[in-house]
Parts: sequence; C-alpha cells; structure tokens
Amino acid sequence: MSASHAAPAQAPTRSRVTLQVNGSPRTLTVDHRATLLDVLREDLGLTGAKKGCDHGQCGACTVLVDGRRANSCLLLAVAQDGTEIITVEGLAAGGELHPVQQAFLDRDAYQCGYCTPGQLCSAVGLFAEAAAGHPSYVTDPTRPSGQGPVELTAEEIRERMSGNLCRCGAYPNIVAAVEDVTR
Amino acid sequence: MKPYAYVRARSVEEATAAHAARPGARYLAGGTNLVDLMKHGVETPETLVDVSRLPLDGIEELPDGALRIGATVRNSDLAAHPLVRDRHPVLSQALLAGASGQLRNIATTGGNLLQRTRCPYFQDTAKPCNKREPGTGCGARDGIHRDHAVLGHSPHCIATNPSDMAVALAALDATVHLYGPGGERTVPVTDFHRLPGDHPERDTVLEPGELITAVMLPARTAGLPSAYRKARDRASYAFALASVAAVLDVDDAGAVRHVGLAFGGLAHRPWRARLAETALLGAPPTEHAIAHAVDAELGLAQPLRDNAFKVPLARNLACRVLSELARR
Repeated sequence: MSASHAAPAQAPTRSRVTLQVNGSPRTLTVDHRATLLDVLREDLGLTGAKKGCDHGQCGACTVLVDGRRANSCLLLAVAQDGTEIITVEGLAAGGELHPVQQAFLDRDAYQCGYCTPGQLCSAVGLFAEAAAGHPSYVTDPTRPSGQGPVELTAEEIRERMSGNLCRCGAYPNIVAAVEDVTR
Repeated sequence: MKPYAYVRARSVEEATAAHAARPGARYLAGGTNLVDLMKHGVETPETLVDVSRLPLDGIEELPDGALRIGATVRNSDLAAHPLVRDRHPVLSQALLAGASGQLRNIATTGGNLLQRTRCPYFQDTAKPCNKREPGTGCGARDGIHRDHAVLGHSPHCIATNPSDMAVALAALDATVHLYGPGGERTVPVTDFHRLPGDHPERDTVLEPGELITAVMLPARTAGLPSAYRKARDRASYAFALASVAAVLDVDDAGAVRHVGLAFGGLAHRPWRARLAETALLGAPPTEHAIAHAVDAELGLAQPLRDNAFKVPLARNLACRVLSELARR
C-alpha cells in the first residue's frame, strides 16, 4: 500500500458495482450504506426479498449469494461486487416452479406469505448444505462431515430452518413441504 | 447513518495501512454484527476497510498436528470442516449452536471473536451504557439483567460475551494471531477477551488497527473427547443463558490427565474454569469429584437480582457434560 492510499479530504461515499442477479449482470452506483436488500428492492425492482426486522433476526430477506443462503439485510451492496445473487424471483427457471415452490403450494405452507420468499430461498440453500454433508446442531456429533448427504429428518429441517421466522405459525406445513422435496 | 468511505483491501499489509491512514476506520468482514450496530447508531465508521476477500480463508493442518484457521473462514465452513468435526468436535458443535444457517454462511472466524455484547442497553443509544459511552453509567445493573453476567462483572458493566465459538476455543487452548502497526503477535484466546473492570469499552486486548489473521488450535487438545452444551430460551437460534465447552482426557489408570472447561453466557469473556480444572486433575472423574470441582468454580459467582438461576443452570450443564465425557 502506498501513500496514495491516504484518505483524501472528500473520500467517495458511493461506488460502482456489478452484481449477477438471477443470471443477468446489473451494474449500478450504490451508496456505501445501502444493503443488498435495499438495492434489490429499491434499485432493481425485485421486491420478493422482504424487509422484516432489518437486523438479521427474521430471515425474510434471505437470498442466495454465490449459491449460499444469506441475510441480504446485513450485507452491504458495495461489498458484494462481482457476486452471483439469486432471489425468489430467480428460483423458477424457465417458467417452471422450483420443486420447493410447488411443495409450498401443495402443502399450503404459509398464511400471509410475507416470510415465504425467505423460507423458499433458505430451503434451497439448506438442500445444498445437506447434500454437501454439512452437519447441523442436531446431527450426530460422531458422523463424519462431508461424507455423503445428511438425511433431512423433520428434526434436521426444523433446526436448519430456524433462521426463518413465520409469525403466522405455518411451521408444521413448512416442515412438511421441505420434507416433500427431500423424498 | 452518516455517509462513509469504503476500501477493499487486497493484502493484510494493505488493510492495516488503510486503517492507519484513515481516522474512524473500521474493518469489515462478514458484517453480521457491525452492519447491525451501524443501523442502531452504535457504530459510526468514517471508513470501512473491507477485509472479507483477504487470502485468509483457508484451514491448514501444520506438521505438528495443529490446525491454523484463517480469520475470514466462514463459521459454516469451519463447523463442517472434516478435521474440525473429527478432532475438535466441541468447536463444530459450538459454531452450530450459534446464530442461523444464513448468518453462519456470512460470519467469519475473526468477526465471531470480535462480536459485541447483545446487552439491550449497549444496543440502544438512548440508554446509559459505560461500554458504548464511558461514564454514562450501567442501565442494566438495576434494570433488565436476566441475561447478564454472574462472574467477573464490575460496578461499571455486567455485559456478557455472546460468542459460542469463543467458549470452545477457550476450552481448546486456542491462540489468536494478530497483525498490526506494531507487527505480528500471538495471544492465548483466554487472554484475548477482557473482564470489564474500569474499562468496559474495551472488549479485547486488541490494539487500535490490529487485525486478526488466524486462530490456531494446538495439537495437544486435538482428538481428545470434547463436547459443547448450551441452554437457551428456545430450542434454536438464541443466545446462551449458559453454555459449557469441555475437553476431558482420562489416562489408563482412570485419572484425569487433561481437562479444559469453559463457560459461556456467564461473563464478559469466555470463562475458563481453572479452579475446577485444578480440582479434577490427577484424580478419577467421579460424579462426586466433578460436582465438587464445578461447585468450587461457581462459588466465585456473584449473581444479580434476576439472574441467580444461571448458577445452578451452569452447574448442571457442566456436571452433565463432564460426566458424559468421563464415560467415553
């Protein structure tokens, strides 16, 4: 690092970033304070991800970043430059519902629906984690990690989905819908 | 939130230089705690130095069997790493007991060590708090403090450290590797976090501008029986009321050869239970010996008006975990 990195009197507070959003590159200038959630909703018109608590406690803002589920309300957009984002709008490839979307319909796994986009993205992330053999808090501690997929029992699903709150209390049908996809 | 500058660092040296050049700079890694505190107005950086893409995201086994964990390794990747799961199960369990799947995918090893207390008075800028604003008093002492400290607190601060991971690291004798304006240094994780004393605004011994580069798990605790147990208000996704990390090694004669015991949720830092360990070493870990040792440690507790329940809760957790490890 050279002396040229010394802070200028008026350091910029906005930066240009490119995000791959649901398969398309989106280049825009973002305020450094903007979260990924705000940019998705306010600048890119993708209002599927919801602002629930805005503090990482409810999971309504869950999206996939480079294939992994994350709370978009806690990610600064400027720090996500170059990442691949999948939102609930991007789950239905080619107009066909993702199996977990279909399962939520079949099981009526919601009431008001506000938490549903986050639940769906979280479930998609969960499938990848379990398939990679990643343990959860309720996985047998003696089971070696990464050797074959973890079986998604109802107990595993409840633990792994605990970062997504549903204030309508649709949990039983959410667990059932996620279980359906694993069968 | 006031506007701020943003710098993405490409090397550790570049990160520390950028931090030093800019007053009011803060390091940004996963940001799960920092961004939240910025929204609360508790953190007001003038520059964010983004260290999340530094080449510190590897887990490496050293020739002597120690494990070097880079500071930007995500909590979920650390918990799922086969060597961690196999040789340091207490660490994997502690990580998986914390936060949610989404948060663990973002949060880093270094950031987990530096997360701030979740004391509601600390997070609310309208309330007095000696940690956030020294000299304003402690709102929790005579206020809502059911979740607060029972060990090592001071008249100025009764906050607890919220990390599960750090409790396991304390039991495992981990060390924290730092790089800063003064060069490199290594600190035992049990000395990394401070007790509040007269300076609750300082959570750790980190000097201004210092950056965590790695956490080292020593070979001597690798492969020993270990476990983490956490009590909380709901079955998942909640901070600990009390938690226990334990490592226990019993020799062929049935005597305790090594023990590492640490409590979470009870103090301003992970509480390494040295009194209990001394009482257990060299003798068979019978139910009686375990209870005696744990009671000796928790005899130091000074509960507040509304959190005395934590003492028997922590006692029962520790006795259960140690007894289970002794039977392995």
